[in-house]
Amino acid sequence: MGRGVSEAEATSGPPLLEVSHLTLRHLGEERSITAVEDVSFRVNRADRCILLGPSGCGKTTLLDAVGGFIVPAAGEIMFRGRPVAGPGPDRIMIFQEFDQLLPWKTVRQNVLFPLFASRRCERREAERRATHYIEMVGLSRFAEAYPHTLSGGMKQRVALARGMAMEPDMLLMDEPFAALDALTRSRMQDELLRLWENVRFTMLFVTHAIDEAIRLGNRIILLSPHPGRLRAELAGDGRDDPDAGGTRPSERIHAMLFAGDVGQEEASADG
Amino acid sequence: MAEPGAGPSPSPWQRAWRRAGVRRAAILLGLAALWQGYALHLNDRLLFPTFSATLAALWAGVASGEILARAWFSIHVLLLGYAAGIALAALLVLLALGSQLGADLLQTLTAMLNPLPAIALLPLALIWFGLGNASLIFVLVDSVLWSVALNTHAGFLAVSRTVRKVGRNYGLSGPRYVFRILVPAALPSILTGLRIGWAFAWRTMIASELVFGVSSGSGGLGWYIYENKSELNISAVFAGLFTVILIGLVVEHGVFETVERRTVRRWGMQH
Repeated sequence: MGRGVSEAEATSGPPLLEVSHLTLRHLGEERSITAVEDVSFRVNRADRCILLGPSGCGKTTLLDAVGGFIVPAAGEIMFRGRPVAGPGPDRIMIFQEFDQLLPWKTVRQNVLFPLFASRRCERREAERRATHYIEMVGLSRFAEAYPHTLSGGMKQRVALARGMAMEPDMLLMDEPFAALDALTRSRMQDELLRLWENVRFTMLFVTHAIDEAIRLGNRIILLSPHPGRLRAELAGDGRDDPDAGGTRPSERIHAMLFAGDVGQEEASADG
Repeated sequence: MAEPGAGPSPSPWQRAWRRAGVRRAAILLGLAALWQGYALHLNDRLLFPTFSATLAALWAGVASGEILARAWFSIHVLLLGYAAGIALAALLVLLALGSQLGADLLQTLTAMLNPLPAIALLPLALIWFGLGNASLIFVLVDSVLWSVALNTHAGFLAVSRTVRKVGRNYGLSGPRYVFRILVPAALPSILTGLRIGWAFAWRTMIASELVFGVSSGSGGLGWYIYENKSELNISAVFAGLFTVILIGLVVEHGVFETVERRTVRRWGMQH
């Protein structure tokens, strides 16, 4: 019932998100396809948790399930101590597709829309948040522009502002920068980290790019494909420096993802 | 009258010629001159009145208020049929959205009845509802219903998965989801349906009145044309035809284009 941070779920409480022995299946015409099998992990508040894996590892399916769009075939997803029952404004999704903005609304109206639609807050507070977060992503000058007049990077920044303005318990990000050019993507990654420094939101971020995972995540969950299984979990500090043995995290991740059967080795937590 | 001066800058004539409106006006003037010349040459006032006589008849009809009254009669009945058709279409589309059977029903009915010219139902309507507005409205509903329902349904189905997920993510469901997400997202198709529906209805309306002929006690523009034809008042027949064209132009290009310019084109959803 209670919204915002409350109850016993402060930093030391139970994890914000607890996924245990989760199996997800797509129901096909003839047979069902297992997208994710027996995956367990936790996300704590203010985590920048990355789901990393090649295509076919079910990472987007996994995100959809946390978002409440898919019902688990087995296992459970506990969010704030309760099983996920459906989509809700406490978990805001940010998509890769530029058409996630509603084209009939201006930037400001797009940011305001979920606040009103979910009856999250009254008008004055909504206006304040919209102004604040639009400024935060540097788009104040474009607040009254319609999305089709914006570049791809600007659209994704609006989506980010819209998601953050909801001040959700968790941002679910489905490769939000994948459709951007390399330069813009790099800028957006910096910007996302800067925003996180300011707001300390919790995010679950799906990507197939190892460099992006290392740069953005404080925790990286590796998934292997067909079906998606948990391969390893690593800690990250945003740098790709070699460890004592001279191996870079990116090399280690690469080896684990592609070097056939390395086994379910649990990598030591370290950058 | 100064001759266009030779030089690098375009003369006022050349500049005016570049405007589509000016060129079209020139075409209309040319046609009118041809008409006038041929009619004078033919010198048969009864069968082929001059352009000026037609304009005079149009003016007389407008000044006496008769053409306006007839036009209003047509438009009034038309709007009743149009509104009823849209309401029925909305109902059908809601059914189609709600269940697979509803979708099949809509598709089957549309496939069957869309190719049938609405005017072909007039004999049946006359038997069922007698001479009068009820019959007219019946065929008008048929002329509007299928194109509006078909386009609206197709528009809803074409709403992107991302936009649908965005709406459900904010906790929208039921009518709120339909009216705040689906309807605006499908607006280009809905407007196309309304536009085609109007064009069908307007043509059906005039045609029905012509079939009614003299048997109807009062009537609209179609009947005005029929009546004047019976009295061999051909210039008034032309005046009636002009009015039909003018009203069609005003609605199809004036009203619908204005709505589209202010909505879907402004939002970059249609070019």
